[in-house]
Amino acid sequence: MDLALKPEHKAFADEVRAFARDNLSPATREKTFSGKHYSRDDHMVWQQALGKKGWLAYTWPKKYGGPGWDVTQRFLFENVLAEEGAPRILPFGPKMVGPVIYTFGTDEQKERFLPGIRSSEVSWCQGYSEPGAGSDLANLRTRAVREGDHYIVNGQKTWTSFAHWGDWIFCLVRTNPDAKPQESISFLLIDMKTPGVTVRPIIMTDGAHHVNDVFLDNVKVPVENLIGKENEGWTCAKFLLANERLGIAEVPASKRGVSVLRQIARSEPQDGRTLADDPAFTAQIADIDLQVQALEMSELRVLSTMAQGGAPGPEVSTLKVRGSEIQQRIAELTMEAVGEYAQPYQPGMLFQDTNETPIGPDHAPPAAPRYFNMRKTSIYGGSTEIQKNIVSKMVLGL
Amino acid sequence: MDLSLSDEQKQLKDAAERFVRDKYTFENRRKIAATERGWLPENWAQFAELGWLGMSFSEEDGGYGGGPIETMIVMEEFGKGLVLEPFLPTVVLGGGMIASAGSKAQKEALLAPMIEGKKQFALAWLERQSRYNLADVSLKATKEGAGWSLSGHKGVVYNAPSADHIIVLARTAGSAREPKGLTLFIVDAKAKGISRRDYPTQDALRASELTFDKVSVGADAVLGKVDEAFPVVEGAVDRAIVALCAEATGCMDAINAATLEYIKTRKQFGVPIGKFQVLQHRMVDCFTNAQEARSMTLMASLKIDDKDPTVRAKAASGAKVQIGKSGKFCGQSAVQMHGGMGVTDELSVSHYFKRLTMIDLMFGNQQHHLTRYSNLAMAA
Amino acid sequence: MDLAFTPEEQKFADDVRAFVRANLPADVRDKVKNGKHLIRDDYMRWQQALGKKGWLVYTWPKKHGGPGFTPAQRYIFENICAEEYAPGIIPFGTKMVGPVIYTFGSEEQKAKYLPAIRESTVWWCQGYSEPGSGSDLASLRTKAEKNGDHYIVNGSKTWNTMGHWADWIFCLVRTDPKSKPQEGISFLLIDMKTPGITVKPIIMADGGHEVNEVFFDNVKVPVENLVGKENEGWTCAKFLLANERLGIAAVPQSKRGVEALKDIARAEREDGKPLIENQSFAEKIADLEIQVTALEFTELRVLSQMAHGGQPGPEVSGLKIRGSEIQQRITELTMEAVGEYAAPYLPGLLWQGTNEEPVGPSYAHLAAPRYFNTRKTTIYGGSNEIQKGIISKMVLGL
Ligand SMILES: Cc1cc2nc3c(=O)[nH]c(=O)nc-3n(C[C@H](O)[C@H](O)[C@H](O)COP(=O)(O)OP(=O)(O)OC[C@H]3O[C@@H](n4cnc5c(N)ncnc54)[C@H](O)[C@@H]3O)c2cc1C
Ligand SMILES: Cc1cc2nc3c(=O)[nH]c(=O)nc-3n(C[C@H](O)[C@H](O)[C@H](O)COP(=O)(O)OP(=O)(O)OC[C@H]3O[C@@H](n4cnc5c(N)ncnc54)[C@H](O)[C@@H]3O)c2cc1C
Ligand SMILES: Cc1cc2nc3c(=O)[nH]c(=O)nc-3n(C[C@H](O)[C@H](O)[C@H](O)COP(=O)(O)OP(=O)(O)OC[C@H]3O[C@@H](n4cnc5c(N)ncnc54)[C@H](O)[C@@H]3O)c2cc1C
Repeated sequence: MDLALKPEHKAFADEVRAFARDNLSPATREKTFSGKHYSRDDHMVWQQALGKKGWLAYTWPKKYGGPGWDVTQRFLFENVLAEEGAPRILPFGPKMVGPVIYTFGTDEQKERFLPGIRSSEVSWCQGYSEPGAGSDLANLRTRAVREGDHYIVNGQKTWTSFAHWGDWIFCLVRTNPDAKPQESISFLLIDMKTPGVTVRPIIMTDGAHHVNDVFLDNVKVPVENLIGKENEGWTCAKFLLANERLGIAEVPASKRGVSVLRQIARSEPQDGRTLADDPAFTAQIADIDLQVQALEMSELRVLSTMAQGGAPGPEVSTLKVRGSEIQQRIAELTMEAVGEYAQPYQPGMLFQDTNETPIGPDHAPPAAPRYFNMRKTSIYGGSTEIQKNIVSKMVLGL
Repeated sequence: MDLSLSDEQKQLKDAAERFVRDKYTFENRRKIAATERGWLPENWAQFAELGWLGMSFSEEDGGYGGGPIETMIVMEEFGKGLVLEPFLPTVVLGGGMIASAGSKAQKEALLAPMIEGKKQFALAWLERQSRYNLADVSLKATKEGAGWSLSGHKGVVYNAPSADHIIVLARTAGSAREPKGLTLFIVDAKAKGISRRDYPTQDALRASELTFDKVSVGADAVLGKVDEAFPVVEGAVDRAIVALCAEATGCMDAINAATLEYIKTRKQFGVPIGKFQVLQHRMVDCFTNAQEARSMTLMASLKIDDKDPTVRAKAASGAKVQIGKSGKFCGQSAVQMHGGMGVTDELSVSHYFKRLTMIDLMFGNQQHHLTRYSNLAMAA
Repeated sequence: MDLAFTPEEQKFADDVRAFVRANLPADVRDKVKNGKHLIRDDYMRWQQALGKKGWLVYTWPKKHGGPGFTPAQRYIFENICAEEYAPGIIPFGTKMVGPVIYTFGSEEQKAKYLPAIRESTVWWCQGYSEPGSGSDLASLRTKAEKNGDHYIVNGSKTWNTMGHWADWIFCLVRTDPKSKPQEGISFLLIDMKTPGITVKPIIMADGGHEVNEVFFDNVKVPVENLVGKENEGWTCAKFLLANERLGIAAVPQSKRGVEALKDIARAEREDGKPLIENQSFAEKIADLEIQVTALEFTELRVLSQMAHGGQPGPEVSGLKIRGSEIQQRITELTMEAVGEYAAPYLPGLLWQGTNEEPVGPSYAHLAAPRYFNTRKTTIYGGSNEIQKGIISKMVLGL
């Protein structure tokens, strides 16, 4: 057991930092530290730079074009990028559908889809949830009926993040209406430009447009877009959900969040001094800081098991639970640090890159919207209640 | 001791309930929020007609002789409908300060028309550095002949875009953060030298940043005594806090009712999600939180006119702590139990959640008032 | 609406205070004030004094020998008794079996049992819980079989509070093993001196003896000891539980507890100053005080409703939940205030009233045992989970 870094790992961290400083645009970086929303371009320019370097699909094995890093390298990569203010990598291609394709797909599918994911030339979105199938995903109803060498897909997906930016969507569809869910769902890749696909925005509490309804109306999908066997899509779905839960803890971003929070506290005036001089407030920061550290150690323990060849078990669910609570708490404390000046609402600054001046300090406009928005983290990717049910059943045997 | 409503108070409650039911459906509110002014003059006229603008003022001030309980009743219903009309800045704060510190002439010129619905006010106390400290004021008023000249900045001034008069807290003596040396001025909103930056707030109200550049006012603009404004403002803000607590209680009732309804109807795994015990217990916790919020609001409404200023201040702070805690719990829980629907703009829950969140940040959040309460209790 | 007391209420308060000062034995007052444990005789002396005055059964209506207090008088009475360090009235006779008897009992039963309850000449205990029936009370199995003019009772009860001091026990027993659980239960009064009854102590986490197991081995109970009809005991049981929940909030005791906590925080020193000058600790007390106030006003709202003819509904369960949590928080903060000196365990001083020297300040040795012991409040009288279940079903309709 050793927490210290070996020299080659130090060199690696330096390399990642140098890369980030050379390739991350200052405007994007600024948005990260001030908590503003990114545009599609912000993500794409950065991800394509990573892609060119061969680092975008950093969790993939060498065989599929990943860098084949060890656990420590991954850890350093994520942390350095977070410290440098890089946007998080949109997971739908590199962390979700990519691994499904290289695990369950045919060689043709691998050749066809993996390069676009690695380079971020193609953006993906996730078509799992439906109006009647949220926590109860297996209840999904979108139908795919085989007609010759095509499926005809009809139904509705909802909460689809970034569908309005997506070139492709990976969908769970029902291919056999009569069997049990585990035996009737298939995993299908659909080009968003196919006729019959319509995207309708859903506006979030803070005014942001991230998620969408996706309507599928007699959409013709070639059978070669089926991943794995027909009616065996549930296996892919579960594989992917487990992957999703690991990344979702967002520890590096939370570490950054705590340090930004401390900076804000140092700059916020109170009684002629600053909020950082208020022991009640700094104790709350210390408390969340310790929570982040505990979570980080838990994640490192899981990664270490994986490095020894073990698979992440259902206990990764607790990482998601704690990770989302921590992100929410940081957002909450950040808003409290801003105080009364969290009240003005400036959507232009948040979403349209307008150059109006902030009302109050620079960090004020995103504070409350971010707090509202972060409530999503305990809902998406399997809600906290569902994660606890999983731990209760799979780990505790209840 | 008797904690039941009188017949008149029951009628007031019914009338306020009716107003909200008729005029503040969620869709209506959305439309009102989208208007430029952000509230409806016809609703304001109706408040005047119903006597709500004058109900909590004494008869000799032209009011109807009610008090904090009447304010509580109406604000609670306003909370249920997320009512946007500027009742708090105009009536509770502005009217309240004029009633408590104003001269006979000021009452005649300002309070009487306010009660008729013809004048609106805004209180400008906050500055960029003030945070929740009411005495942290640096906007300066200097003597200028018989009158005064005001220069400086004020922030997050609720209702400034619609107000006829801005009531400005200014420093006339003393050093930064000294309670002594503060003076209130009633300034015409259109006075020369005032510039305004208007904006909506997170919860769809309207506020402004105000810059005062050598704004001249007469000696008759002083509200109360020169250098002695602090207790007036503190008292008014404490009363406003209690009114806000009542509004928050209404918000909690509404958000809990919406959530209860939702978990009874939303089905997953073949059953209404309200069948899951975690959600049941959380719903019960929401219910208990709202009960406690109601209890503390009632306590504060009953004590806010107490003779002893410490009792008044403790009552307001104690209630604000509870509202901060309960509001956060109910708000966050409601969102969580709605799943994805909870974080959209589409349903009312997120709007109640935003309002509850902003109420916590107004006039000092939970932590601020816990410290204040604790210090007051220690000193007593 | 008015918080102020009327002149009559004010006068009543003065009378109560004068009475307590004149009649509460000084040694008992001293024990309560210093958080020491009371023995049977301590309770009896105080309760008999109250009994003589006609105030012991202060919640009873006039017609059954109660004083017929208004809700405001009840509130005043409870608060002044607590302020003057009177011991809590043991509820088993006065608040539990008494009301059951005057509501469901026959005239003979009223004449036989009520006077001794009013005067506190008989000590009662409650025989509900069994080893297999805690939260699921209706599953109880202690059997009573009719044999001529007697029931023969066999089985065991547990968690019997102060059963070792009791003259009589009221029991829920199964008289019909074949019907639905709720329909085969009867409410039986049993003399503890009847042959076949054995009482065995259960030692609590703090080392104290306050609860017992009670074994019934062919215990002969006359049929006239049945309250209400045979197999309709569940009605009495539920009636009693609702009564129990109202008093269990213990607001006056908690107010006293907060004051005691403040005294300790004034006496304890930290960094050369009294602990109460530590801002963060003072704020914890303040928070607790606010919680107590919220609970008190909730109770006052319920009482005010009752004064206007309403009945306390299932929402009083909320009072029990918050009341018990607050009691626990008080003991937790008290232990925190004492700090390292909470560690020494002095059972002699604690239980036998020996006059050994305390280690540390006189209140220190009580702090941790009280904290451990008070965990019981969220368990007994229907655990908080069960109370939430009741509200969820009865109030929220879930
Ligand atoms: C911002 C955002 C982005 C999203 N992005 C995507 C995306 O890109 N692609 C996609 O497919 N989906 C996406 N989702 C959907 C997300 O996965 C679902 O919202 C989530 O699974 C919850 O489903 P629901 O919203 O229908 O809530 P519901 O399932 O209706 O749940 C409502 C409440 O009931 C609780 N509950 C449900 N069942 C149980 C149970 N058995 N026991 C206890 N409690 C229970 C839940 O925890 C929750 O509190 C996104 C959601 C959000 C909010
Ligand atoms: C071990 C632990 C870790 C926590 N981590 C976080 C965190 O990461 N982010 C955060 O926002 N708050 C966290 N909290 C809670 C935090 O201390 C405050 O209670 C929180 O900010 C909620 O405040 P409130 O005023 O909304 O709710 P309160 O009125 O204090 O009520 C909070 C309620 O929410 C529930 N709850 C909140 N957090 C948790 C949790 N982690 N596990 C189980 N139930 C919970 C509980 O049922 C509790 O009754 C944690 C608490 C504990 C005990
Ligand atoms: C100090 C003390 C004094 C007592 N005095 C008396 C007395 O004088 N007379 C008497 O008759 N009894 C007495 N009791 C018994 C008391 O009423 C029981 O302890 C109580 O009803 C809980 O039962 P249990 O201990 O068997 O716990 P269990 O019923 O086994 O409960 C264990 C845990 O499971 C939870 N649980 C159980 N069912 C559910 C459910 N459906 N949903 C969610 N959670 C659930 C409980 O809340 C608890 O946390 C006393 C208990 C104590 C601790």
